[in-house]
Amino acid sequence: MNILDTLGKLAAESGFAGFLAAGGWKNLIMIAIACVLLYLGIVKKFEPLLLVGIAFGCLLTNLPGAGLYHLDMWDAYVAGTPYTTAAGEVIEHLTFTTVLHEGGLLDVFYIGVKAGVYPSLIFMGVGAMTDFGPLLAYPKSLLLGAAAQLGVFVAFFGAILLGFTGPEAASIGIIGGADGPTAIFLTTKLAPQLLGPIAIAAYSYMALIPMIQPPIMKLMTTPAMRTVKMEQRREVSKTEKIVFPIVVSAFVILLLPSTAPLIGCLMLGNLFRECGVTDRLSDTVQNAMMNIVTIFLATSVGATMVAERFLSLSTIKIVVLGLVAFAISTAGGLIGGRIMYRLSGGKINPLIGSAGVSAVPMAARVSQDVGRKYNKTNFLLMHAMGPNVAGVIGSAIAAGFLLSVFG
Amino acid sequence: MGVNEALVHPSVATGALVAVLGYGVVFFGICLLLIVVTVMGKVMMNSQKKKAEATAPAAPEAPAPAPVEKPAAKGTAGELKLYDTDPRDAALIMAITAHKLGKPVNELRFRSIKEVKEK
Repeated sequence: MNILDTLGKLAAESGFAGFLAAGGWKNLIMIAIACVLLYLGIVKKFEPLLLVGIAFGCLLTNLPGAGLYHLDMWDAYVAGTPYTTAAGEVIEHLTFTTVLHEGGLLDVFYIGVKAGVYPSLIFMGVGAMTDFGPLLAYPKSLLLGAAAQLGVFVAFFGAILLGFTGPEAASIGIIGGADGPTAIFLTTKLAPQLLGPIAIAAYSYMALIPMIQPPIMKLMTTPAMRTVKMEQRREVSKTEKIVFPIVVSAFVILLLPSTAPLIGCLMLGNLFRECGVTDRLSDTVQNAMMNIVTIFLATSVGATMVAERFLSLSTIKIVVLGLVAFAISTAGGLIGGRIMYRLSGGKINPLIGSAGVSAVPMAARVSQDVGRKYNKTNFLLMHAMGPNVAGVIGSAIAAGFLLSVFG
Repeated sequence: MGVNEALVHPSVATGALVAVLGYGVVFFGICLLLIVVTVMGKVMMNSQKKKAEATAPAAPEAPAPAPVEKPAAKGTAGELKLYDTDPRDAALIMAITAHKLGKPVNELRFRSIKEVKEK
């Protein structure tokens, strides 16, 4: 046995050698990006529950030789073309079963994203954590949830102008919905090659909402508008809260069948919460299941951040368009708020309009904080929760529309 | 070529049309939902009102015995001193404290509430 040959072979097969191979430097850049994201998640606490998992998935997928995620396999799956395994075996038609056999650990996790399971389950958790009472007490706040989808369609149009395809533009636009699971769900269906940058943009901007929204809120409202104190809304009965998820599921799904996975799961989670006889299920969905699914979702989304796909001009365009989408959605909600302020004779504080972007409950908290800044006795939180949860429904409808057009 | 296939590389005009149509569809869906939710709320409120009216006449026939309330803690009612604190904030603080301690508010004694200013 030649010791030098053996050591040489070991060195050549190690991941370190992969960094020296063609394009290996890109992996080093991606590892640096993963470390920055870990820093933002751990130290700056930017959506840490998701960003830490995404960043670590990114780190793992960019370690040469680890073989946890196979970009070429998923490209072949999407295109329906044959795939050649590392052993040289040609698989004519990839299925989830062949992925289970041939894929790495993160490929297996990614099946849940590809099948649309994780985003839907996350929506179930969101539903179980959401109180639709403020929306039921003041149904007109639904309109603010619709108005705040403006950024989705403006960013979609911007992406078309920048040369993205229709499905890609739709996936980029949905970042403006400020709803991570919806963005992942739609992108997986329409433009899976952009999943990494879109997920990063969506969750990063959601974390930055307290910084992005206040200047826009200040710009688009007058000091007098910001000080408006809103009246207490009516009490909502238990029966109403139970009937609501059933009615909304049936109605929205009949209207836009492509929203079925998201709206169905959102409302099932909410029914668990409100019906009063499934407390154990509600607790599990809100906590244990949500946590488990978050781990799988975050790591598998991070795994899609492969150097050769992520390090491109498209990523920069997506990051910029994502910010535009967020800002314009906020502006759209505020325009809606201003219209309602006028129509109500000054009884509605337009600041609650910015909560129409989903991002529950952070956007509502921003409305509360900005409102309190201008009137110490103002409590806008519960009033802003109406548009905030309406934004979840609005972004699901927007995603459903884009899916039915481009899917 | 199918409709969706034609939309893979849409022209600027088609993109604008899809954007306007999409925003319109979101508003349309939400407006319909608004009508449904408003009607649902009205129906629920009416049925509650009717229920309340139906049970109201029975009340004088069998008046419930007045609940024996525990006396308020000495010193709280009318004697709570507020320093730079809004009465609404004070009420919230007392309610939260009572909730955390698991005691009714009228069994607790609050002497004063003062806002600590940040320097």
